[in-house]
Amino acid sequence: MFMHLGAWFFFGYVIHFFVVPLNAITIPILQFPLGFYMAAQGSLIAFVVMLFMFAKQQDKIDREFGMAEDD
Amino acid sequence: MSTQSASTSDFIKNLGKMYGVYTGGFIGFVIFLAILEQVGVPNKILGYLFVFFTLAVYAIIGVMTRTAQVSEYYVAGRRVPAFYNGMATGADWMSAASFVGMAGTLFLLGYDGLAWVLGWTGGFVLVSILIGPYLRKFGAYTVPDFMAFRFGGNFARGIAVVVLVCCSFTYVTAQIFGTGLIASRFLGMQFELAVFAGLVGILLCAMLGGMRAVTWTQIAQYVVLIIAYLVPIIILSTKQYGIPIPQLTYGNAIAEITAREGAMLASGLATAGNLKPHIAPFITYSPLNFFGIVVCMMVGTASLPHILMRYFTTPSVREARQSVAWSLLFIFLLYFSAPAYAAFSKLEVYTNIIGRDLTQVRPWMFTWGELGLIQICGKNAASIDAIVAACKAIAGHPGVVRLQDFVINTDVIVLSTPEIAGLPYVISGLVAAGGLAAALSTADGLLLAIANALSHDVYYKMIDPNAPTIRRLLVARILLLLVAVAAAATAATRPGDILAMVGWAFSLAMAGNFPALIMGVWWKRTTATGAICGMLAGFGLCLFYLVTTRYFPGFGVQYAGMSSLLNPVTGAPLVNIATAMAAPNAMDGWVTLAHPLANKVGWFNLNNIACGLLGAPLGFLVIYVVSLMGKEPSKEMQAYVDEIRKARGRTVLEEKT
Repeated sequence: MFMHLGAWFFFGYVIHFFVVPLNAITIPILQFPLGFYMAAQGSLIAFVVMLFMFAKQQDKIDREFGMAEDD
Repeated sequence: MSTQSASTSDFIKNLGKMYGVYTGGFIGFVIFLAILEQVGVPNKILGYLFVFFTLAVYAIIGVMTRTAQVSEYYVAGRRVPAFYNGMATGADWMSAASFVGMAGTLFLLGYDGLAWVLGWTGGFVLVSILIGPYLRKFGAYTVPDFMAFRFGGNFARGIAVVVLVCCSFTYVTAQIFGTGLIASRFLGMQFELAVFAGLVGILLCAMLGGMRAVTWTQIAQYVVLIIAYLVPIIILSTKQYGIPIPQLTYGNAIAEITAREGAMLASGLATAGNLKPHIAPFITYSPLNFFGIVVCMMVGTASLPHILMRYFTTPSVREARQSVAWSLLFIFLLYFSAPAYAAFSKLEVYTNIIGRDLTQVRPWMFTWGELGLIQICGKNAASIDAIVAACKAIAGHPGVVRLQDFVINTDVIVLSTPEIAGLPYVISGLVAAGGLAAALSTADGLLLAIANALSHDVYYKMIDPNAPTIRRLLVARILLLLVAVAAAATAATRPGDILAMVGWAFSLAMAGNFPALIMGVWWKRTTATGAICGMLAGFGLCLFYLVTTRYFPGFGVQYAGMSSLLNPVTGAPLVNIATAMAAPNAMDGWVTLAHPLANKVGWFNLNNIACGLLGAPLGFLVIYVVSLMGKEPSKEMQAYVDEIRKARGRTVLEEKT
């Protein structure tokens, strides 16, 4: 859980503190400046992936400790 | 009873097939209208067909799924599968502001606009990890239900209802305003009339069937809105770059925009003062305000009652978690396309309008100019003659459109994209239907949240706990009607800063609900007194900051030690406080937006939209301190809190139906 909150904080905030240096890098072929891309798409993709992982992992933990609901 | 549950499980099993047929039917309908257009049916009739067909479908779903059972009415019988609940939440979440307004904001603000995109998606991470599943396990009907149980009684319930009504009412007004705007533009109806027409559509779904009907309609609305949002931009991307994935191709558009910005500066079409480079950060918002908005929108998402209550409808805690993930996926589909809209529109404006000779501008803008939504040289851009005349009146005008001559209303960006791309009218109608679906679905969810809080929490729990089922549902429906009419009446007066108020709703929800929800679930030691004081303090401070900076700025400067906000680029104050305070109107109350100090003063250079940043920490602090001072909550209550955190077992709160 704290791992996920950490990842949330990283993608939600930390990475955007560095938008200016990241903008100097351009993603090849797609031509996005990296800082802009992270805010427009990168972080969002990370959030979606995180949530599916969280749902799965938490369910696994629940099952391990016998706290899961019956199927 | 057994026959009923059997038919319900059949219903759930057939959902995929039903919505598949529905989606196919909708696409077929669009193709059918496209054929009608080719045959020569006038645009206006196509517009009406679109709006009435979609409204009729929502209404039919609403009527078919009507219900007279309490748990069906409040939480859709807790049977909505994760995937479909995700879709319904997506529609519930994405309002007219997301559908129509977001791309426009990105167009105007460039990078800084992404604060909204980030804030409105990242919040779901908090919902899933910290709040949603636990409230589901608790088994409440409404958010105030939880507050009342955890924090001992009706006083906490009352405060939670106040918070809920405050944030939901402004929000629902904005949605009805949006419906009116779209209906009046595409159907040529009078705005006030269009507002009330939209209202009928909303009521048909929410009134009869409560949460159950709203859920199944919202899924239908999600399908319409996502198709409507993606189709124009996919066609545009294919036309310009040959790849039907706009989210990948708009990188090229951004590179072109940046090149074009340099060229415009070099040729004097734009000045460093009025050009906001698209990818440069922190031009409109200082870093503090940028991240302040991100925090407030994220945390606000996790505290908005109409979103949280959607997760009460899933069959299990596990599905509640999965359903948050699905919600975000469906929301993400729209949000990661919005910057593409902004980039393509900006490229079009920068290459085909700015720098063009006045007589050569592209004709798509005249229909919007007539409505006053695009202005060139300070006048509505209704025709070539009009803009030539307007620009001639400006001394020393070079005869080509300069950046400072061009003003566009942000709502136009999404709605005009089909015309920019030269697509047939049927696509414009599709976009209008999508915008309508977005506004209606959010309005449904919000109205239901307000009416449920009033009927379940205020009427049933506080006024008449012995009310029979029939009377409770009747009261719920009557209240829903009253709230809806009140919201429509407010919207019909066209309040000026309605969109800013939506931002306020998030901050208010954050300051009022978030600390109490988090502490209530995660800290057993939280006492009732602590939580009540924390909610009052956080909500009060946020509300005070909003109202003072917006409506009583003079008082804020005089008595609360506020100073002018700073320009994020130069660091200079936005207004000269000494001059403004010397003016005769300085101490006026309820000032309009035109007042020199309105929205321009504050503490720590903090924008008032981000006032949750002040309220929520105070709320946490007060809850912590006051709780430690009081007596530990009863063993029983602490056991309940433990119980909430386990997925297994019965819900803590058992409602009689």
